[in-house]
Amino acid sequence: MSGIFNVSRREFLKTGALVGGGLILGAHIDWAGAAEEGSKAKSYAIEPNAFVHIAPDNTVTIIVNHSEMGQGVYTSLPMLVNEELEADWKKIRFESAPVAAVYNHTAFGMQMTGGSTSVWSEYDRLREVGAAARQMLIAAAAATWKVDKKTCRAQKGKVVHTSGKFFTYGQLAEKAAALPVPKDVKLKKASAFKLIGRPTARLDSPEKVNGAAKFGLDVFLPEMSVAVVARPPVFGGKVKSLDAEKAKAVRGVKDVVQVPSGVAVLASDFWQAKAGRDALRIEWDEGPTAGLSTPGMKDQYAKLSKTPGKVAKKAGDIEAGLSSAVKTISAEYHVPYLAHATMEPLNCTVDMRPDSCEIWVGTQFQTVDRNAAASIAGLKPEQVKIHTMFLGGGFGRRANPASDFVSEAVHVAKAAKTPVKVIWTREDDTHGGYYRPFWYDSISAGLDKTGKPIVWKHTIVGQSIVAGTFFEKVLVKDGIDNTSVEGAADIPYAIPNILVDLHTASIGVPVLWWRSVGHSHTAFVVESFLDELANAAQKDPFEFRKGLLAKHPRHLGVLTLAAEKAGWGRPLTKGRGRGIAVHESFGTYVAEVAEVSVNKEGELRVHRVVCAVDCGQTVNPETITAQVESAIVFGLSAALHGAITIKGGRVEQGNFDDYPVLRLNEMPKVEVHIVKSRKKPGGIGEPAVPPIAPAVANALFSVAGIRLRELPMKPEVVLAAMSKK
Amino acid sequence: MITLEINGKQHSVDVPADVPLLWVIREHLKLTGTKFGCGKGLCGSCTVHVDGKAERSCQIPVADAQGKKITTIEAVGSTRSGAAVQKAWVAEDVPQCGYCQSGQIMQAAALLAANPKPTDAQIDDNLSGNLCRCGTYQRIRKAVHRASRSLKKGGKS
Repeated sequence: MSGIFNVSRREFLKTGALVGGGLILGAHIDWAGAAEEGSKAKSYAIEPNAFVHIAPDNTVTIIVNHSEMGQGVYTSLPMLVNEELEADWKKIRFESAPVAAVYNHTAFGMQMTGGSTSVWSEYDRLREVGAAARQMLIAAAAATWKVDKKTCRAQKGKVVHTSGKFFTYGQLAEKAAALPVPKDVKLKKASAFKLIGRPTARLDSPEKVNGAAKFGLDVFLPEMSVAVVARPPVFGGKVKSLDAEKAKAVRGVKDVVQVPSGVAVLASDFWQAKAGRDALRIEWDEGPTAGLSTPGMKDQYAKLSKTPGKVAKKAGDIEAGLSSAVKTISAEYHVPYLAHATMEPLNCTVDMRPDSCEIWVGTQFQTVDRNAAASIAGLKPEQVKIHTMFLGGGFGRRANPASDFVSEAVHVAKAAKTPVKVIWTREDDTHGGYYRPFWYDSISAGLDKTGKPIVWKHTIVGQSIVAGTFFEKVLVKDGIDNTSVEGAADIPYAIPNILVDLHTASIGVPVLWWRSVGHSHTAFVVESFLDELANAAQKDPFEFRKGLLAKHPRHLGVLTLAAEKAGWGRPLTKGRGRGIAVHESFGTYVAEVAEVSVNKEGELRVHRVVCAVDCGQTVNPETITAQVESAIVFGLSAALHGAITIKGGRVEQGNFDDYPVLRLNEMPKVEVHIVKSRKKPGGIGEPAVPPIAPAVANALFSVAGIRLRELPMKPEVVLAAMSKK
Repeated sequence: MITLEINGKQHSVDVPADVPLLWVIREHLKLTGTKFGCGKGLCGSCTVHVDGKAERSCQIPVADAQGKKITTIEAVGSTRSGAAVQKAWVAEDVPQCGYCQSGQIMQAAALLAANPKPTDAQIDDNLSGNLCRCGTYQRIRKAVHRASRSLKKGGKS
């Protein structure tokens, strides 16, 4: 393919090799701040050649450096480029980027997808890339015609001269590629946008409806084996003894190899590999985590939550606030471990050779995975190539600092000396750890005589996601993992005396970011407890919040919009209640109103969710709406069904029968209202998750008078609360 | 040797009789549009048509599929309801990650072939066995109705 490409791939792959493993450029990652500012010194050079390839047939391929896991980046990121490039949108294709420094995240200095950052972190860079490429195409046309550049303009994949003559981009690409990248690139004003902000159909839909889209699991290599791995039944367990005789006798089994994570059985296909694994005889040294159980952990956490932790936020005087309050209320909340349960179980395909290692995988963490693979393979990072496939869901599970499923596959390939695809069964995936942490909260507040909250004390107990990873250096400050307290230490409500503290528990269960990270827990506690305060103050939950948000116009904006669209305060179908919640995360403000009923069996039914979202300047409103719908379903699965529990060190759930997720017949009507804004874009993949659980809990309180302080809101929990009432 | 009729073609595969049809389709015939999600008939990602009915291929021992007409996502577009469903899915921008969508489409196409004008309740009943972790359910409902309307316009099926 000829095209705009004046730095050779080899050259920027070399540059890639210079970047160390998992180094993050920024110090503290201020998600909202990063979204707001964006105009600091640039962390990147403009390299149109790395992102735009134009073929002679005028097809324009945008190399996308973020992983497509459903959030629509294979459409929204090409939109950013083409807003300035002015190619014919119908000719736009996408391709996933290889691993190289030029594709690093503009804020994080490594190639990755996560934290709802793809659009805002590329908002400037990719427009600049498109503008630079357009200017190079115009310069190439002007030079050919020997005319002033100012007499040429770009229009729908052509450079047109004032005389009416034109060249197509395909005709100009080779010549343009030889030109220098312009130093000063001027971007359009937002008012001139043609593509940005326009609802645009996904570019990847056609191949996702006919089976053509290739996910990691769909990769086949010549001479490839399929492996399944027997992993310890308890986190941190090790193989004590192994008898592989029977496994090796299973039809199709080619090899049995021991790797750090367990024992891999390789066969010519999945079914044989699985049968081989079933025939393994392994004695495990289960280690210290064998004694772990969820009820025991909960008791331990509950005790800790009544003692002072490390201070995450302190304002005013808690003691003075408490003593002057005319009414105080206290509550305890807890939420369980959660599995990501991506529809595509984890898998990774590796072809390791003496001087190279090629990997096909759905990953959110290319740089981390590449470096982990290089270190296991004994190769240099540039000798490792990663093909990022479509991800059958990510939600954070495929962004693991420990690189678990990639490292393991590389170990298997290394030990077996054959190309191999490691497939996790659904049970392997569910048992595999890296959960959203279990959290326990003790929270209390006091109201003054007018019913205003004047004091707020919140103690959080749970595991740190980043402890022990390379993120610790940047995300842990003074002993506080920011992801443990985000959404709690920065509540927007005008309460003068606040203390938020944290106990970081050390438990041998691997934990990880799970769509919306800390906010998935803190919003539930904060927004539920705020409702408790409104009730104690005998005020309407919407009005109560409104009164405390005067200094936060964007919170106020979405809160008011959601309430208005939901018909807050107006009569409701008999037997239904409304609940409201508002929360900012990842630079985006979201309010949701849920309409809920409950039956005699304690089953909740969510009928309708009205959501208002302010994510600043929109890029693809179609994606925004879809992501909000998606996040609400994801949050409802957790609010109503999801819990990973542990007994004797063993995870008790394995498949969708005991770890249910929301089904079509439970789907509420979801209405999404997007606030018009010219502010910098915020995130969208995650921010609609946090408000849904508290909105539903608050609606349940409104309709049934019961306050659930734990998730999931299973029928037995609802019934128990009803019988106590 | 086991002989299968898949997408109108005969295939002979040398596999044990109890291997689930899913894995034969994916690994031996390399028709990878049919997905593995749970292995227990709980998620619907592996849905194919067996003699026109939507079935979970992870629950069918390959030997039991002999003598039956199997259709996968790769060929469902050549059926009237399948083509209508695929078109509606694109028009409603249904897919997100896309992993479950082969199964959703196979389920919806079989429903519409049997019942070209399903009610909301019938859609819920019929498609609730197909999980979507991205939460595309609202669009799935809309897309089934859209496909239904387009089938009606096109005359008798």
